Amino acid sequence: MLAYIARRIVTTIPVVIMVAIVIFALLRVTPGDPAAIIAGDDASPAQLENIREQMGLNLPIHEQFLTWGGRLLHGDLGTSLLSGTAVMDLIADRMGPTIALAISTMTFTLLIAIPIGVIAAWRHGKLTDRFVMILSVLGFSIPTFVVGYLLIYFFSLKLGWFPVQGYRDLSHGFYEFARRLVLPTIALSSVYVALIARITRSSVIEVMNEDFVRTARAKGVKESTVFLRHALRNAAVPIVTIVGIGVAALIGGVVVTESVFNIPGLGRLVVEAVLARDYPIIQGVILLFSLTYIFINLVVDVLYTVFDPRITY
Amino acid sequence: MEYRNVSKSRRIAVLGSLFAASVMSASTAHAATTVTAVMHAGLRVMDPVFSTAFLTRDHGYMIYDTLLGVDEKFEIRPQMAEWSVSDDNKTYTFTLREGLAWHDGAAVTAEDCVASLERWLSVDSTGQVLRTFIESINATGTDAFEIRLNQPTGLLLSGLAKLSSRPAFMMPKRIAATPGSEAITQFVGSGPFIFIQDEFRPGVKVVYARNPDYRPRQEPASWTAGGKVVNVDKVEWVAMPDAMTSVNALLNDEVDFVQQVPLDLLPLLTSNDEIKVKAIDELGNWTYFRFNHLHAPFDNPRLRQAAMLAVDQKQVLQALVGNPEYSRTCATTFGCGNPYESDYRHDDVVEPQLEKAKSLLKEAGYDNTPVVVLHPTDMATVSPQPVVVADALRKAGFNVQLKTMDWQSVIMQQGNQAAPADGGWNIFATYSTLATSGDPFGNTTIASNGKKAWAGWPDVPEIESLRKEFALATDSEKRKSIALKINELAIDNGVVVPLGQFTIPAAYRSSLSNVPHSPVTVFWSMSKND
Repeated sequence: MLAYIARRIVTTIPVVIMVAIVIFALLRVTPGDPAAIIAGDDASPAQLENIREQMGLNLPIHEQFLTWGGRLLHGDLGTSLLSGTAVMDLIADRMGPTIALAISTMTFTLLIAIPIGVIAAWRHGKLTDRFVMILSVLGFSIPTFVVGYLLIYFFSLKLGWFPVQGYRDLSHGFYEFARRLVLPTIALSSVYVALIARITRSSVIEVMNEDFVRTARAKGVKESTVFLRHALRNAAVPIVTIVGIGVAALIGGVVVTESVFNIPGLGRLVVEAVLARDYPIIQGVILLFSLTYIFINLVVDVLYTVFDPRITY
Repeated sequence: MEYRNVSKSRRIAVLGSLFAASVMSASTAHAATTVTAVMHAGLRVMDPVFSTAFLTRDHGYMIYDTLLGVDEKFEIRPQMAEWSVSDDNKTYTFTLREGLAWHDGAAVTAEDCVASLERWLSVDSTGQVLRTFIESINATGTDAFEIRLNQPTGLLLSGLAKLSSRPAFMMPKRIAATPGSEAITQFVGSGPFIFIQDEFRPGVKVVYARNPDYRPRQEPASWTAGGKVVNVDKVEWVAMPDAMTSVNALLNDEVDFVQQVPLDLLPLLTSNDEIKVKAIDELGNWTYFRFNHLHAPFDNPRLRQAAMLAVDQKQVLQALVGNPEYSRTCATTFGCGNPYESDYRHDDVVEPQLEKAKSLLKEAGYDNTPVVVLHPTDMATVSPQPVVVADALRKAGFNVQLKTMDWQSVIMQQGNQAAPADGGWNIFATYSTLATSGDPFGNTTIASNGKKAWAGWPDVPEIESLRKEFALATDSEKRKSIALKINELAIDNGVVVPLGQFTIPAAYRSSLSNVPHSPVTVFWSMSKND
């Protein structure tokens, strides 16, 4: 197993290099000029040229890549073209809200989705199953931002239970931290609950038709044990895969939720950087996202062996 | 020197922290008053001399001060300094008022101001012209300096009092020594607020504390002139990428002030008694379109006139704003409400004159050359204009091609002097604040020195010589008559075509009072009742 993990880690190196080259090249062929954003609308062509020179933006692309790559090898992701802040510091600053939201969303999702998925499978074809499936379709169909606005309207503006927006870290106390995460967590979970409940339901139904389940029932094992110990564990592989993809997506792709609830996370950082053509930030964050995907895939692969001993590496 | 800089910046951080701590400890006696404001973007670029971005300028007004200010009657007033002028109008002496101090505790000296002026003169569009009139700038004492001109110019006072963008902000000499082409990295001003470095999160939040040592002028505040009296302990600027969220946060009493409210969300606020909605920048913005004078068909002045005649300002404003309360037609290039307002060829600029346009097209022998109009789709303030202009031009008989792209691409394209068939353009539309565009130097669209001019590259030597005359004029009536002539030439030559004016309202909780009305957003004078 350790050899497998080591091999997988080694294979991340060419992947990261490829990602670095592709993202660098893509950004340079995309129209846009960071100097124009920094200087403002009224800047003269000479001023723009000065800024480009100061920032090395007028160097040939291969020279810019070598400079950035050289720094990267020393663990330096560069500095923001606009604010002059180290990209590493910006990522560290925005990482907290993103991870907090990802953890709360995935925890809430698993607590809701797996039980209702199992119940739907248990009551397969009955009213409960249909009800869960209707909820699931709704979860898929209603965009997250609509759910977000509805939650804000009822729970913030009408009932006054939660703030409309913002993020406070744990240094402000658990209550302040948690109450700002409730609505974004519910909004963001709606899609994941729908997805994971559906996968759980179909996986469990599939496993329930296996011979070993029939054998367990024939032996007189309690129905709850059959579900939780035999069926659910064997249905875990596809669920873990979806959860893994979900976690990776939560870390990189919750821009809309971060915007609706004004959470200063990594998704917002990268979108703002794209709009401002702040190349070092985009490159740094995309590299981080690619590493996250690679790491989560590795964790998921390792978890397969925990849930299904037949899988070995 | 490096050690000194570090030590200074540490002192500022310590002073800022001490002040924040003192504000917090004072909360036992009274709660610290904090105004939380949602600005139109997140602050990232911090140097208001390096960048002309409006948010950077507003940040400048928080922590820096200017030698002179402008009041609501467009009069130039003393701010940090009083001035006197020699009989030949060639030597100006500026004397700093008493009690001016930087946020690190050091006194503001004339040498600091000279260094700040040198930096500003090297990069600002007005400053660069002004520099050609300056023979020398010398400190004559710790609190006085002298500017000698090679010939009298009205640009000196108007430049030093410039509202936007970029105002001549004063900084300590060690910081102002940074070349204008490089951004400064220390933010020490002498203005009414202190920037709290420790709480700054680029693009997310900026915190300013009241400068306890600031001594405001005695006159009432008016725009950037008069006493900048601060009545709150802290001001926090927060960025919210979603306008709906900022409106909800204002309704829920989580923020106090929203700098710009999209017009479609106004009904949510106007019906609430606890919210006030006002255009605090009463001058507002003007929108316009530019021709590319280098290439056909708009290298032909008659076709530029035909295009101008075809467009209906009311339709543009209806598409852009949709609410007459926040928009008005205006035929002048220096803005209605500004001192150089004019009605010259009002009907030709404002009303659609399709028949005249069609006959001009015929007279000019238009050969159906395609007109490439740049159309940004990702910014509500610049997206509708090209569609309305293109439609009007088509009705007049032009062969129009709308080229759709994002705003960043438009900015890139603007500078492209290639022919439209080779990736260039014929028309683009944008907008500017009237605080910036009210005179022939602040208004970048007016320069008409061919390929050295702003995008569009008009070549009208008469305008250039009149701009020079304007720079030399010191009498306000003479300046006005020159500006009006420039406006006429700009309209007649299709240098820029005005499409109307609009304001973007701000909204704030009724707990805020005395919110200043000014073309730049400022936070002095206002009070907050809890």
